[in-house]
Amino acid sequence: MRELSTSGPGDTGMARRDFVTSGIVILAAGMAGLGGTGALVGCTQVALSDKSAVVADEAAEAGHWGLVIDVAKLNAEGNFGRIKAACHQKHNVPLIHDAKTEVKWIWAESFEHSFIDLENTYMNKSIKDLEFPMLCNHCENPVCVRVCPTQATFQRPDGIVDMDYHRCIGCRFCMTGCPFNARSLNFYDPRPYIGEVDPGYPTRTKGVVEKCNFCVERLKQGLAPYCVEESNGSFVFGDLDDPGSDVRKALETGFSIRRRVSLGTGPSVYYLVEGGEPDA
Amino acid sequence: MLEKALHGSWRYWLWMAFLLFLVGVGFFAYVRQFTYGLGLTGMSRDVTWGLYISQFTFLVGVAASGVMVAIPYYLHDFKTFGKIVILGEFLAVASIVMAVLFVFVDLGQPTRVLNVLLYPTPHSIMFWDICVLSGYLLLNIVIGWTVLGAEKKGFAPPRWTRVLTIVSIPWAISIHTVTAFLYAGIPGKDYWLTAIMAARFLSSAFASGPALLIIICLVLRRLSSFKVENSAVQALAKIVLYAFIVNVFFFILEVFTAFYSGVPGHQASLLYLFAGLDGHDNLVFFMWAATVLAFLGIVLLLVPKLRRNPVVLPIALLAVFAACWLDKGLGLILGGFVPNSFEGVVEYLPSANELMVVCGVFGLGMLIMSVLYKIVISVRRAHEGDAH
Ligand code: SF4
Ligand code: SF4
Repeated sequence: MRELSTSGPGDTGMARRDFVTSGIVILAAGMAGLGGTGALVGCTQVALSDKSAVVADEAAEAGHWGLVIDVAKLNAEGNFGRIKAACHQKHNVPLIHDAKTEVKWIWAESFEHSFIDLENTYMNKSIKDLEFPMLCNHCENPVCVRVCPTQATFQRPDGIVDMDYHRCIGCRFCMTGCPFNARSLNFYDPRPYIGEVDPGYPTRTKGVVEKCNFCVERLKQGLAPYCVEESNGSFVFGDLDDPGSDVRKALETGFSIRRRVSLGTGPSVYYLVEGGEPDA
Repeated sequence: MLEKALHGSWRYWLWMAFLLFLVGVGFFAYVRQFTYGLGLTGMSRDVTWGLYISQFTFLVGVAASGVMVAIPYYLHDFKTFGKIVILGEFLAVASIVMAVLFVFVDLGQPTRVLNVLLYPTPHSIMFWDICVLSGYLLLNIVIGWTVLGAEKKGFAPPRWTRVLTIVSIPWAISIHTVTAFLYAGIPGKDYWLTAIMAARFLSSAFASGPALLIIICLVLRRLSSFKVENSAVQALAKIVLYAFIVNVFFFILEVFTAFYSGVPGHQASLLYLFAGLDGHDNLVFFMWAATVLAFLGIVLLLVPKLRRNPVVLPIALLAVFAACWLDKGLGLILGGFVPNSFEGVVEYLPSANELMVVCGVFGLGMLIMSVLYKIVISVRRAHEGDAH
């Protein structure tokens, strides 16, 4: 369908146009589904949760991308550090040791801090001690998109909440609006804080906001997000609209929760707190 | 008419020099911020808006408060406000310029500010706020300038200005309502997520704005040929009083809902502001100061004898103004960010550079106001001179 593209610095505008077209494709597919052909979007889904994500010729598409994190498995594997490092390195996220101005796409919090309305004093210690990865939830009803005055933050038809770093004016309305603290501002030039610049993804400039993008640049190549690739199976990624997808299968296996659901943003990141893989 | 601003006493020029100095300081600090980034401020990932946006919010209120003079004068033919109505309009002009400037200096990428107009986004309240604010600025400049020009020539102002003044009344309400909507529609920020936010904004504005206007009039009465009548001052002071009582009442409603319901999210910010949270209590002193000032202001304005006392009145008005500023220009915005979504407390302290920028913006606003007021006073003096 579309050729593989290695996005160099500064071509996010191009990427944006691509997504518009892919939106049309998906819409068309959706209509076909309504027409009774049955096959909906997500048919091109690659085996994203496999340990070695397959390089497909086609872009991976979905009706609604979602992520399921098997928290017990993740903590058992103990490889969250590697996951975080992969994401941050590949996306040129600066390493800033100042909690007030740091930039982060994915990081860990305790249950007590991440599920503030579910936590209780007598909670099972094994749950209390678990690390929960935090990242943008790619909400179905994203506040950040609603409040952004320039559409620099926008929602793609496949549910991913993406950004155009060249359009962002740095007003931080999105940061104020996001109920998950998922966004970071570049309070100063990030480049001195990037170890080795990865040419696969643009670096950002001071004054713009950024956050996890569900690796849109990888999906375009039919590849699973870096976190999924590094996770050894504890991160499952796929189409929530497709009952046969890996994410839906993973959700079948146990009890899953999402953060702050009462706010109505509809997070697309699910946490499996028990159970997980049948053989785990 | 602008040339009128170029003749003045040494006192006038000294004042202007001082304001220019402030502007210079602010400009210098802003250039530093522009070069380095918002890291030069005290803002953070968790407290994403600080003094800039809280001043913006407060000043939109001051701008909107002009209607408290305009409604009695234009709609009810309350002639007593005839002399000060234009001061209210020009105060609005200066306030909006400051408000817009505060948003501008708050941007991480200021050179891209036009993106807001290039990609109009109706689902963003910020877009609407910019629309209503620029409209209101234009209205006030046109009305004020035309009315003053007519006054200079000794004519009645043209009829269409009357239409514009009527339009400007709901418009003023709209600018502060829309500004409240910036906050009142955000899920997860419980301190702001309240249906009476716009009502609180308006009541606070209708107290603080006219209080400021009276203080300015009293200063001008001392220093210039502009002599405001006592009847106008007293009438406006009563407006301040009632608006402020309503404002305090609204605040008590918030406190009731938060603490009687016992919903933790609704209590957290209030607890942080008035008692401190997890040992963080930067704002506690200011909030209690606001509380004391509020009750002082109400008592002094409520007792007619005290209100009419020329020494007590300015104190009462300053108390009300300060209480409103502490509540809305400080606590409301900063308190909304605490606690963050992980129930952590990250406090905000403005940096020195940030404070310099704030001074610069206020300096520029006061400069604009001084020039406009100088013109008004000169036009009136020349006119009265002719008449005699
Ligand atoms: S988590 Fe925050 S940044 Fe991500 S889509 Fe939801 S509101 Fe937007
Ligand atoms: S900071 Fe950028 S992305 Fe966020 S709301 Fe403002 S313009 Fe939009």
